[in-house]
Amino acid sequence: MVLVANFIRGLKALAVLGTVLLVAACAQTGPEGLNAAGQGNATPGSGQDFIVNVGDRVFFEEDQSTLNSQAQGVLNLQAQWLNRYSQYTITVEGHADERGTRQYNIALGARRAQSARDYLVSLGVSASRIKTISYGKERPVAVCNDNSCWSQNRRAVTVLNNATN
Amino acid sequence: MRLKANISRFLNGAKALAAVAAFAVLTASGPAHALIEIDITQGQVEPMPIALPSFTAEGGDAKVAQEMTSVIAADLKRSGLFNPLDPASFIQQNLGVNTTPRFGDWRVINTQALLTGTVVAQPDGRLRAEFRLWDVFASEQLLGQQFFTTPENWRRLAHIIADAVYERLTGEKGYFDTRIVYVDETGPKDKRVKRLAIMDQDGANVRYLTRGDDLVLTPRFSPTSQEITYMSYDGADPSVYLLNIETGQREIVGNFPGMTFAPRFSPSGQQVVMSLQQGSNANIFLMDLRTRNTTRLTNSAAIDTSPSYAPDGSKVVFESDRGGHQQIYVMNSDGSNVQRISFGPGRYSTPVWSPRGDLIAFTKQHQGRFMIGVMKPDGKGERILTEGYHNEGPAWAPNGRVLVFFRDTPGANGGPQVWTVDLTGHNEQRLSTPAFASDPSWSPLID
Repeated sequence: MVLVANFIRGLKALAVLGTVLLVAACAQTGPEGLNAAGQGNATPGSGQDFIVNVGDRVFFEEDQSTLNSQAQGVLNLQAQWLNRYSQYTITVEGHADERGTRQYNIALGARRAQSARDYLVSLGVSASRIKTISYGKERPVAVCNDNSCWSQNRRAVTVLNNATN
Repeated sequence: MRLKANISRFLNGAKALAAVAAFAVLTASGPAHALIEIDITQGQVEPMPIALPSFTAEGGDAKVAQEMTSVIAADLKRSGLFNPLDPASFIQQNLGVNTTPRFGDWRVINTQALLTGTVVAQPDGRLRAEFRLWDVFASEQLLGQQFFTTPENWRRLAHIIADAVYERLTGEKGYFDTRIVYVDETGPKDKRVKRLAIMDQDGANVRYLTRGDDLVLTPRFSPTSQEITYMSYDGADPSVYLLNIETGQREIVGNFPGMTFAPRFSPSGQQVVMSLQQGSNANIFLMDLRTRNTTRLTNSAAIDTSPSYAPDGSKVVFESDRGGHQQIYVMNSDGSNVQRISFGPGRYSTPVWSPRGDLIAFTKQHQGRFMIGVMKPDGKGERILTEGYHNEGPAWAPNGRVLVFFRDTPGANGGPQVWTVDLTGHNEQRLSTPAFASDPSWSPLID
């Protein structure tokens, strides 16, 4: 019985993981492409709308968790959107690049998630709607061996927990 | 009897491996002082020539006897301290344990030590392995023992014999009858599946402890029981867990408000020390596994992580960026008297105290390179053992002489592999694993 329960929980975890990776895959065009103002056909208020028209992620300098002006710009848009579509709860995922040690990167990712979270809260998004998690260097979206990839991996990603599309 | 008791505990009640008894000394002179020995205090030692003619088989499986000999030879060779000679050079053939060697035949090929053995099938189905270690130039027996085991346990028996030879000739405990727990990594770099895995220290008998459903990291062996502590992304927050590797029973360690990570056992095995993420900061906490009491050891606006106890339990070494970047600090085990000990250029992390107590191993990052090094507990005497694109996460063999770590290779197709290196920086070797492998941790010696 325990095994069955574990297995089902595992399937759920895989399903969630699949969603995250799908989102990540869409974003591999890089920071510029991500935040470009593409209207597309996304339904306003949908998950697609959030990713395409708002931008779901911000980026950090090496070993830093401070938000630069570009990151603040994205989070400003996120806060506006989240304040308008208040049915969503979110998870802010913090990530690090691979050029650090594992345990420190877990804490660094947590710091980045916290940094984005605190900024959203300062713009009126209720703290009760926000969960944070860190993946350290465990979930890269770009895998090449130079800063063009590492800079994409040093990120905080805002994931809508209950988006339908 | 002590060994018997401990082995039984290791196998968790399994009756697979039974008694070890001192074997009758064949020669009159006692092996009180080895005439040959290896000085392993030097950096680069000349490996001692040793001859390992295939163990003979009496009524048993000659192939097992031969493979046992190969496992012993591989253990000794891998240590870098022994040079097992090519059997093609051996003059005396079919030398079992009950024959006194023709020492002249062995002196001619310039071996210093000679190991002979015989595997005997017992009426009850078990194997009895007897061996004798000889000093070829003194024409003297150094050691003679016998062991019983079930046939499927022959590899462990080979490692136990290799440990006995190692200890007799170096004066230090061996580390061959041990296991390594690590994280098995499969799949592309951006979709890695990670599983806990355990193997013998020579890479044999790989077994998977989790199925890859949840991300798992940093497994660490208990110094006293068949348990590991590790971080898992199962559950609401990523947390530190305990896993009994015999029963498969698993439990979360503590009920902390947030993510816990970077666990390690105390020397008694009764506590787990780890980091708790609190907002932007990570602090070090201790949890007693019996009382369930938790104690805060650090309280800083910084990332304090990777705690590791001194073997006497009096101090804890950890990394912190409280000074701006990752550096290594030592504190009393109650959290008092924090002292920074790393002062070289670069960042220092993942400190781990040697089981001998005399050194702390670490990862160092400097100018885009990742190194494994050691320093004394006061920070003096820093030595870099290996450096390259990415070396990380050292862990000690139980005798404090060898370090295991992982080395990552760059790019989309790159991945980590497990390596070992002597604390002298010599004898670097890759440990073969079925897939990519990271975060190795060595078990204690079973003795």
